[in-house]
Amino acid sequence: MEKLENISLTGRKKVLEKKPMNFLERIYLPSIVQGLAITFKHLFKKKATIQYPEQRREFSVNFRGIHSLKRDEEGRERCTACGLCALSCPAEAITMIADERKPGEEHLYREEKYAAVYEINMLRCIFCGFCEEACPKQAIYLDGDIAPADVDRKNFIYGKDKLLEPLLK
Amino acid sequence: MDIALLIEKVILISVVLGISLVTAMYTTLAERKIAGFLQDRYGPNRAGPFGILQPLADGVKLFTKEEIIPREANRFLFVLGPSLAMLMACVGTAVIPWGEELEIGGRTVSLQIADVNIGILYIFGVVALGVYGIMIGGWASNNKYSLLSAIRAASQNISYEISLGLSLIALLMVTGTLSLGEIVEQQRGFNWNIWYQPLGFILFLTCSFAETNRNPFDLVECETELVGGYHTEYSSMKLGFFLFAEYINIFVASAVMSTLYFGGYNFPGMDALAQAGVSQNWITLIGVGAMFVKVLLFIFFFIWVRWTVPRFRYDQLMKLGWNIMIPLAIANIVITGVVIWLTGN
Amino acid sequence: MLTQSLFYFLSFLAIFSALAVIIAKNPVHSVLYLILTFFAITGHYILLNAQFLAIVNMIVYAGAIMVLFLFVLMLLNLNAETEPQKPAYIKIAGVVSGGLLLLVLVGALKTVDVSGAGGTTATDMGLVENLGMVLFNEFLLPFELASVLLLTAMVGAVLIGRREA
Repeated sequence: MEKLENISLTGRKKVLEKKPMNFLERIYLPSIVQGLAITFKHLFKKKATIQYPEQRREFSVNFRGIHSLKRDEEGRERCTACGLCALSCPAEAITMIADERKPGEEHLYREEKYAAVYEINMLRCIFCGFCEEACPKQAIYLDGDIAPADVDRKNFIYGKDKLLEPLLK
Repeated sequence: MDIALLIEKVILISVVLGISLVTAMYTTLAERKIAGFLQDRYGPNRAGPFGILQPLADGVKLFTKEEIIPREANRFLFVLGPSLAMLMACVGTAVIPWGEELEIGGRTVSLQIADVNIGILYIFGVVALGVYGIMIGGWASNNKYSLLSAIRAASQNISYEISLGLSLIALLMVTGTLSLGEIVEQQRGFNWNIWYQPLGFILFLTCSFAETNRNPFDLVECETELVGGYHTEYSSMKLGFFLFAEYINIFVASAVMSTLYFGGYNFPGMDALAQAGVSQNWITLIGVGAMFVKVLLFIFFFIWVRWTVPRFRYDQLMKLGWNIMIPLAIANIVITGVVIWLTGN
Repeated sequence: MLTQSLFYFLSFLAIFSALAVIIAKNPVHSVLYLILTFFAITGHYILLNAQFLAIVNMIVYAGAIMVLFLFVLMLLNLNAETEPQKPAYIKIAGVVSGGLLLLVLVGALKTVDVSGAGGTTATDMGLVENLGMVLFNEFLLPFELASVLLLTAMVGAVLIGRREA
């Protein structure tokens, strides 16, 4: 019977033979010089760094950034405060307070109900995009930039002032 | 004492001290820059063009940081440690000949602060005392990591001082003098000691890595094992002093190596320049430049090695020091002696 | 004038720190005072124009031996609280032997002729070249004997250190 250590089921088994080091290997200096040569080559290589605030890497097409609340062609808010986004949110980052559209506000809100307060906690949000998928009115998209840093937790709760798309002139 | 001589020496001392401090300051930047370049990054480049103001920013940061002295620490020795480290790093520059003589207004000014006839031993003594800053600081912190680091520093320095001294003895057999001024004088032109003492140079280089606590021998501040080593408990400018002393030590070690083995301020073709009628002052200035280029190349080499070679294990370090370096250094002495005896000078 | 005041300063420093070595409660402080003493003595050597001796004193005593002392003391981590009280007879024995040493020193110093001292003869005696000449010509045998003694001590140390192996 064949010995266990000689069986190779994949046929790619390589037996590593540990030879005693010869003199040049034992004094280490050649390998140190070799290593120094490798690092020296890297002095002149192209740098992988991107100078971030000035230079930006291009986002992928399905990149999910900061949310924005969309308007329709006439500049009215699309959101109808149905709460499906908040319901679908796995991180429970979205809260909203709905309100009824008053007469004379038809140019502001498309539907009869709208979100008077709409807040997303960016510290909780995991940018999964479920809100975007859940929205029946195409009112929320994660098409913004990377969420900026801040020193205060309060500033991470984004209200409508930050989320709502600006009016097109 | 001659007043003019006094003024001359005071100016020379301030200039040398200033240059060594500025060089050490920019070595900190060079370290980070070169580390970046070797790893395909840019390194710090925000403070000023190419980051040249970074050392200033670091200095301001260190000065304004909170200063913490641990309650259980020995206050006096805790402060003494970094001061001693800094002092011992700075005094090493005193005996290094930075250039030949300058002729200023009919006065010959030697560009060496003190040409004592035991220059090499002085350097050796300063190196031997350099470990006290680390030991005292490490012990006074009353922290086990600092203490371990202090103990490592002591045993490492003592072990490598032996082979350092032995490799120097072979060099002294060739030069026949202990004065650094004379040693440089003998290496005029391209007659450098490295051609006579290649093995001695490699030993000396390795030992200076160990004596300055630089990678691959930075077991003293080995962060994977000892947190921060002897400066674990230090903050603010006292930490800055420790870090800064290391860079001044590199500068001094580079200057000593250039002086002993690479001809100091000598450069090939200096005699031809003198014959072509270039004035002595210009040759001296070019010599100072040559010395500085050599020192900078050595500093680059120190940094380059740090970002290439991984750290030794502690037992490997000791084994290398005692089982390999010392026998090699003794063999070097014997070989040098035999060669001198055979060639008959 | 400058030399004289330096001499007095160094002497004061040497005696003060030497006293502090035995008075200090903390052994690490004792060692540090001892280092200071060696520095003062190094200063004295320089005043006597014995540069080689000065620097060797600094390298060997302050730079190597004291580092090892400090090394061992740090490992032991002795301090005033853990120091056991010595029994009375050891204290008495210490006083007696110290007194005897003092007696010997006083006796030796009494016979010394002070008039010739002061470094008036051969001021460059301490320079490396002269010292080397003297050591390797006049005092070659004692020098070599001392080196053999050191070698014996070293071999003995290695032997003791390797006993387990």
